[in-house]
Amino acid sequence: MAAQMTDAHRRFLQVLMSHGIMEGSEARKLHRRCCEIHKVHYVHDKLDDFISTVNRHLQPLFMQIRKGLSESDGRAHYALVNLAETEITKMASDYTENELELFRKTMDLIISSENGFASSTDILNLADQLKTKKMKKKEAEQVLNVFVEDKWLSERNGEYTLHTRCIIEMEQFILSNYQDIARKCNICHSLAIQSQVCESCGTGMHLPCVRKYFRAQTEPRCPQCNDFWSCDIPGTKQPIFTKTESSNTRK
Amino acid sequence: VSLQQDFPGLFLQEEEEEEEDFVLNQTPTYTQLLAFLHPQAIELVQFLLVKDQKKIPIKRADMLKKVIREYRDVYSEIINQATRTLQQVFGLELVEIDAKHHIYILTSSLPRAEGENLCQNDETAKLGLLTVILSFIFMKGNSAKDSAVWEFLRWLRVKPGQRHSIFGDVKKLVTEEFVRQKYLEITPIPLTDPPEFKYQWGLRAAKEISKKDVLRFVAKIQGKDPTFWTSQYNDAEATS
Repeated sequence: MAAQMTDAHRRFLQVLMSHGIMEGSEARKLHRRCCEIHKVHYVHDKLDDFISTVNRHLQPLFMQIRKGLSESDGRAHYALVNLAETEITKMASDYTENELELFRKTMDLIISSENGFASSTDILNLADQLKTKKMKKKEAEQVLNVFVEDKWLSERNGEYTLHTRCIIEMEQFILSNYQDIARKCNICHSLAIQSQVCESCGTGMHLPCVRKYFRAQTEPRCPQCNDFWSCDIPGTKQPIFTKTESSNTRK
Repeated sequence: VSLQQDFPGLFLQEEEEEEEDFVLNQTPTYTQLLAFLHPQAIELVQFLLVKDQKKIPIKRADMLKKVIREYRDVYSEIINQATRTLQQVFGLELVEIDAKHHIYILTSSLPRAEGENLCQNDETAKLGLLTVILSFIFMKGNSAKDSAVWEFLRWLRVKPGQRHSIFGDVKKLVTEEFVRQKYLEITPIPLTDPPEFKYQWGLRAAKEISKKDVLRFVAKIQGKDPTFWTSQYNDAEATS
């Protein structure tokens, strides 16, 4: 008989929802705390089992706690996602029509870019071309801040990319709506927004996947065409990425 | 995305098991009920969760217009199913906070955990400020004038006209966001010129925050025993 849901599961779900997204170690701590509070048997390292019990009950509601890896540091994150709606309509209740249009256009820029980032200048230049209702640059700037606060985008030195939570939620949507330009990582086979791309064959890989893959190799070569990998291998320099992402997710 | 595709094993096994139970005892378990939810009940659960994320109170009129639509004749069944699902899967309760205008909020129905309830939300800093304001109101006898509240906040270096590094526009946060979320209730005091306002606990605060915890919080800061404040102590004991 599959495990029943207890108050520990419910509390876990509530806290996860209020955070929007949680990093793996935070989620493990929460798992433990919830079991302690409700005196439910706690099994160390069995977070994924605990979550699958929750997921069985979320299934009929077309919801799911999904695990995804951060594109910048490769760490696991958990978020509650809605499988029923096309993802943008879910945002629809929170944003006005022209805000949504700005988000869509930003997403276009990010996905069609080489490295998965769009500069704030390029995004702000879209503000007065919106079809639904034009925006002043100042307004658009504020809207971008809200997208970052709500964890749809993350920002680094004036460059925007999709937040891990957004990727976990929208992966399917992006893969089907941007079929021609959305890349899948050659290593982990999931959607790759921030990625390095092989100059000869266009194969893309997540930065953490690149790091892991080339660690074992003496000379970096593309896993697809075997040509020399000309991008800088991440992780050999200072870890700027890790810092931004974790401060974003922990807010 | 088909759910059966994702978890084929789980799905079948469970259905078989439950069919058996279903015959044996007359009251179906909620897992069984979940399988028979009205599509509108599912949509309503999702709608309520999205609204609750931003702590926006929900009008019944909106539920009818945006979710229930042409299924008005089974309205009460849909609401019942959604309420039960929220309760059993999420531990959330749909509470009518305004019977006249039919306005609802979601609150947690899980037993309060020691030291947990005052800051389980993500926006801990904002809730910290809220807790301080609610404590102040409670200690003043469940109602405080706006001037007193702001004087108290000024003393904590939170000023209405100044942008705060964490809270941003504090005046807006307190008088608009907390009020909209039903944590605070601000009502004008009649016949005052310039107008003065009365700050009280909003309906969400009354529902979600225990006076006992607030008193314990104040007592801790002041290094006294909660029984030191007799009337507040009695109030807290009476309402929990």
